[in-house]
Amino acid sequence: MEKLLLLGAEALAQGAIDGGMSGIYAYPGTPSTEITEYVQKSKLAKDKKIHCQWSVNEKTAMESALGMSYAGKRAMVCMKQVGLNVAADPFVNSAITGVNGGLIITVADDPSMHSSQNEQDSRYLGKFAMIPIFEPSNQQEAYDMTREGFIVSEKYKTPVLIRITTRLSHSRYGVQRKELIKENNLSLPEDPKQFILLPAIAKNRYKILLNNQKNFEADSESSLFNKYIEGNDKSLGIVACGIAYNYLLENFPDHICSYPVVKIGQYPAPKNLINKLSTECGELLILEDGYPFIEEMLKGFFDCGKLIHGRLDGTLPRDGELNPTLVALALGLKTKEGLPVPEIVVNRPPELCSGCSHRDIYDALNEAMISYGEKRVFSDIGCYTLGALPPFNSINSCVDMGASITMAKGAADAGLIPSVAVIGDSTFTHSGITGLLDVVNENSPVTIIISDNSAVAMTGGQKSAATGKIKNICLGLGVEPEHVRVLLPLPKNHDDMVRVMKEELAYNGVSVIIAERECIQTFSQKKKENKK
Amino acid sequence: MKKDIILAGVGGQGILSIAAIIGLAALEKELYVKQAEVHGMSQRGGAVQSHLRISSNQIASDLIPLGEADMILSVEPMESLRYMPYLSTDGWIITNSKPFINIFNYPDLNKLLTQIQNYKNTLVINADEIAAKNGSLKSSNVVLLGAASLYLEIPYVNLENGIRTLFGRKGEDVVNKNLTALKAGMESILQIK
Ligand SMILES: Cc1ncc(C[n+]2csc(CCOP(=O)(O)OP(=O)(O)O)c2C)c(N)n1
Repeated sequence: MEKLLLLGAEALAQGAIDGGMSGIYAYPGTPSTEITEYVQKSKLAKDKKIHCQWSVNEKTAMESALGMSYAGKRAMVCMKQVGLNVAADPFVNSAITGVNGGLIITVADDPSMHSSQNEQDSRYLGKFAMIPIFEPSNQQEAYDMTREGFIVSEKYKTPVLIRITTRLSHSRYGVQRKELIKENNLSLPEDPKQFILLPAIAKNRYKILLNNQKNFEADSESSLFNKYIEGNDKSLGIVACGIAYNYLLENFPDHICSYPVVKIGQYPAPKNLINKLSTECGELLILEDGYPFIEEMLKGFFDCGKLIHGRLDGTLPRDGELNPTLVALALGLKTKEGLPVPEIVVNRPPELCSGCSHRDIYDALNEAMISYGEKRVFSDIGCYTLGALPPFNSINSCVDMGASITMAKGAADAGLIPSVAVIGDSTFTHSGITGLLDVVNENSPVTIIISDNSAVAMTGGQKSAATGKIKNICLGLGVEPEHVRVLLPLPKNHDDMVRVMKEELAYNGVSVIIAERECIQTFSQKKKENKK
Repeated sequence: MKKDIILAGVGGQGILSIAAIIGLAALEKELYVKQAEVHGMSQRGGAVQSHLRISSNQIASDLIPLGEADMILSVEPMESLRYMPYLSTDGWIITNSKPFINIFNYPDLNKLLTQIQNYKNTLVINADEIAAKNGSLKSSNVVLLGAASLYLEIPYVNLENGIRTLFGRKGEDVVNKNLTALKAGMESILQIK
C-alpha cells in the first residue's frame, strides 16, 4: 500500500475511508474542517458513494451519523471542540443506546485558542459519556485509530471518541496506508428496542454501558496505542498523552527518553501501566496537550503521596498548548531560545477582507446606531466577529453560535430597547432559527441583521445551508413581511442601508434585515474556476 | 541532514506553496518531512507561519523548538523578525524586502530593513520586483524560494520537480512561470555573492 503525506486531519479521513466508513457527517470548524473536506475531495470516497455533505450543525450531524449506525453502516461525525457542546445531548445518549454499525465521534480541540472561544478538553466529555477515547500522537496513529475505532465500536456496540488537537490536525507527515476494509451492508439492530430511551429501557441500556467499563479498561491495558517504555533514570516517570509524546521525544538524542514513560493513546487511562510507573519511579511528570485530565485524576482530592508535576503545580503552564520547549523546561533541560522579537515588530491581527460585505454593513450600522449609543449590538461567530476590532468596534458580544439573537432578546426583555443582533447566514441556520422563533413568539423589540455572504466564510468558504432560504425562513417563522428587509451591502448603497436600519430600529417589534452579497473570497474563486 | 525552517508571511501570501515545493523536493530525495501549518482565523490577513522540518531521520515534534530553526524564510520583511526566538545562533533570515501594509502602525521601512541587516546571517531581496521583471508578480514567493535554494541542502533539480508536481495540474504555462521565478531568485543571490 502507498505512503501518503497527510495532515493529521486527512489521515483520520483516509483511515475512515479505508476502514469501511459509509458516511461522514460534520459541520465545519477549525481545526476539524479538513477531515470532511478530504473525504469530499477523495476519488475513492466518490466511487464508493460515501456520504460527505455538510450538515446544518453538529447536533444534526451527530444524529444523522447515529442513524446511519442504526442502519448497520459505519459512520463518523466530526466537529471542533465547542461543536461537541452543541451535539452533547445525542452524544451522551448515544453511549446509552449503543450503536449498530461502528460509530466514531472525532473532535478537534484547540489548546491556545488559535481559532476558538475556549480550549476545552474533549476527553472530559468522552469520560462523561463513559466511552473509549483515542488520542493519536502522530499522523500514522490518526490513520490507524480510525480503523481501530470502528473495530472497537462494533466489538462493544459503543460509540468511540477520537480526540486530536490543532497541531496534529494541521501538520503533515508520512502515513502508510493499509488494506481496504469492506463497508457494512444495511442491517437493522437485533433488539428493536435498543434505541428507545424510555426510562425502563434506558435503565437497562445504562447497565450495559456500566458493565462495559471493565472491558474498556482491559482493552486500554493491552492497547497498541498505550505503551510502557523502559528508561534508566527512575528518579522520574513520565506520562505522555497524545501529541505530548512527540514533544517529549524531541528532547532526547535518537528519540530515546532516559526516564520510564507511559505513552497514552487510548482511554480509560491504563491503570496497571500507570501503577507500574508510579511504583518504579520517584516522582511523576504528566504531559498533556490540553487540560490536566490525567494529572487531576492521579493527584486526587487530598493530593497526598506521590509528587506529581504538570500543569497544576506550575511545572508546565496551566493553559495553552504544549510544545517541545515547554517540555524541555519541565524536564529541567537547557533550551536554546534565540534572540527576542525586536520592538519594531507590531501585531498584525486578522481583518475583514477588502471588499467584504460585512464591512459595508458595519459602516452603515455604526451610523444608524449613533443616536442610540453604544453597547447594544449582540453578535455571533464568523468572519463578521472581526467587526469587534478597529476600525469598526461595532459589536459587543460573541459567545456561541446563535447567541446573538437570543441574547438580544434577553436584553430587550430587561428593557434595552432596541437591542440589535448581527449574525451570519450559516450561523443563523446552525442555531439562530430557534432563537428567532422565541423572539417572534413574544414580538420582542429586537432588530436582527443577517449578514448573508452565501458561504461559511470563516472556515474556508464551505457551502452554506442557508443560501437562498433565509427570507422564506423568516417569513415562515412569522416575522411580519413589512419588517423583513433585504439590502445589497455595497458602499454606494450606504445611505439607503442607514435609512432602512434606522426605520427598523425605531420599530417596536421584531425586524429582520437581510444583507445579501457573496463572500469576496468564494466569489473570486468561482470566477477563477469559470475562466478555466 | 536536518533542516528546520520557519516560513513566515501574511495570510494569503502563499507560504504554503513554498512549503509544498520544499516538501515535495525533500520527499523525492527520500528525506522525512514534517510540516505544521496555520489554518483558520489568522488566514484573514493576519500573521501566519509554518514549521517545516526536513531530516534524514524520523522527526518527532511537529513544532520546531525555540532556538533551533536553521532558517526563517519570510515573504514579508516585518514578519521575518516575528519568529526570532526560533532562530538558532547560526541561522539565516531570508526575506522579501517588499512590505505588506494592512495595518495603520506598520513600522518605518528603512528602520525595519536596517534592523534586519543587524542580524548575523541575512539575505534581503526584493522578490516582488524580480518576479514582476520575469512577468509574474504572483510568483514572488517562488522567487524567494529560489534565493533560499542555495542554503537548503536540497538539490536544485528536486525543487524544480517539486514545482512541476505542485503546479502540473494548472498547466505548462504556470509551471514555466514558476520555474523562471525560481531561477531568477537563485541568480539574484549569485549576483550578490
Ligand atoms: C459550535 C460551533 N461550530 C463551529 C464553529 C466554527 N465556526 C466559526 S465561524 C463559522 C462560520 C460561520 O459562518 P457564517 O455565519 O456564514 O459567517 P461568515 O464566516 O461567512 O461571515 C464556523 C463554522 C464554532 N465556532 N462553533
